Amino acid sequence: MNWRGLWTLFIKENRRFLSVAVQTLFAPVVTTLLYLLVFGQLLDEESVAFRGVDYAHFLVPGLAMMALMQNAFANSSSSLIQSKMHGNIVFLLLAPLSPLEIYLAFLGSAVLRGLLVGLMVFLVGWLGYGMSWQAPGWILLFAVLSGAVMGGLGIMAGILSEKYDHLAAFQNFIVVPLTFLSGVFYSIHQLPPVWQQASHFNPFFYMVDGSRYGFFQQSDVPLGVSLGVTLGFLALVSAINLWLLVKGVKIRH
Amino acid sequence: MSTPAVEFQSVAKRYGDLWALKGIDLAIPRGSFYGLLGHNGAGKSTLINAMAGLVIPTRGRICVMGHDVQRDYRASRRALGVVPQELIDEPFFSVRELLELQSGYFGLHGRRQRAWLDELLERLSLTDKADVKTNQLSGGMKRRLLIALALVHHPEVLVLDEPTAGVDVALRRSLWAFARELHAGGMTIILTTHYLEEAESLCDRIAIIHRGELVVEADKAELLARSPWKHVEIIGRGEPSGALAGQVCERLAEGWRFRLPREAGLGTLLDQARACGIEIEDLRVIEPDLEQVFLSLTEEGA
Repeated sequence: MNWRGLWTLFIKENRRFLSVAVQTLFAPVVTTLLYLLVFGQLLDEESVAFRGVDYAHFLVPGLAMMALMQNAFANSSSSLIQSKMHGNIVFLLLAPLSPLEIYLAFLGSAVLRGLLVGLMVFLVGWLGYGMSWQAPGWILLFAVLSGAVMGGLGIMAGILSEKYDHLAAFQNFIVVPLTFLSGVFYSIHQLPPVWQQASHFNPFFYMVDGSRYGFFQQSDVPLGVSLGVTLGFLALVSAINLWLLVKGVKIRH
Repeated sequence: MSTPAVEFQSVAKRYGDLWALKGIDLAIPRGSFYGLLGHNGAGKSTLINAMAGLVIPTRGRICVMGHDVQRDYRASRRALGVVPQELIDEPFFSVRELLELQSGYFGLHGRRQRAWLDELLERLSLTDKADVKTNQLSGGMKRRLLIALALVHHPEVLVLDEPTAGVDVALRRSLWAFARELHAGGMTIILTTHYLEEAESLCDRIAIIHRGELVVEADKAELLARSPWKHVEIIGRGEPSGALAGQVCERLAEGWRFRLPREAGLGTLLDQARACGIEIEDLRVIEPDLEQVFLSLTEEGA
């Protein structure tokens, strides 16, 4: 392993998003908090949350996860497409970095940005609503795994997109709908049976549900199922990405 | 005989129905200043990109300093520095940061590496721009930065892909002086350029690629000796006619340039000129240059 190379790329990716922190960290936090303000304060619908859980308390972890997931995706996907558009991806391709090293560096940075945004959303929710948590280890595990899944999807989208429009389609027609419909705003038990069934085919649902278990020790599906699906999805996304990078699809012509 | 700096074995590349490279066999000797010439779309950049691993050949094998570009890519990339043809932006980082990052990818850091980066900045006149973001650099500065980036890891082979395209005369001269210096230090340099006079003055060995095929590969002197033509300029008054008119390849302000088969004597030409009533004031024989050889080997239908 070229550890120094991997570390350098990881640091480079972090410096890239930190250099435009207003856009990459603070703006997503503000947007997410607006959801909290509208849904948490104005709706205050207990009927769509877990039994015995206040709606705002139910909503904060979901919004934190949604922000984490969307920003992890945005980090790796936007970095890759920009590198392709500006042509500077060539520096990476000429370096003695393996596909695995490139993958891990992009993934690590995506997870870090996702965690920072998710943490900030959670902190504001905690200060505003006095959040508590039952099993922080599960929260952290699902946060990291979810960031990795979404960072991995971002890498895939960044590799496959040939222009910004392709990436926007991936983001707006796949990532945003699936995160919105992943149980961020409601417990799927409150949905009609057809939509409950449909939710089980959304991998993002298991990430949100697993992290909520860490807060309330309640979840829509058993924790083991959420963990298994999330790990399985991460393995699938990673395998596809490594194949794309080894074959040089849309990168090495 | 030592391993070549770069070796291509039956390298072919297909894009859809088009074969950009049709089975290139070529060995670039260590320590050479090597010219890779061809018209636009001839396959030069595809060949260079395949050497750098940026293009994956459809078939064939490429080794850089004995290391297979696909299987032993870490070693081959450590041996190779590439200055790409296109100017590249990296708007998030300054010149020095980019050089440090590129060094890091190669596992290089510490005081010695920083000293080498300082030297590169100095040699390429970028010291006063070290802390400037790359999107604020002029085209010439970006070109010099690309050269510095290609050299951070002390490669044994340096590829310069059209490095002087769109570059002003002063910078072009300083780039060539720098390239000569690197070559004198033992580096193998592979150059593609549209300026054939540059290739002629810099390179000691030349390959010409045409429509994805290697047309010729030879020592420069040997290549120049292969020219099938010679040119003769006649300054005078009158008008060529008949067979003589067919040999005019260029009309000059006060005369004509004729193209003759290399082995043809001047006597026949002079007799024909006198027969047309041309009063000859001066006569010059032009030695074949690389441009003539290049054009004769790559003309349509050649």
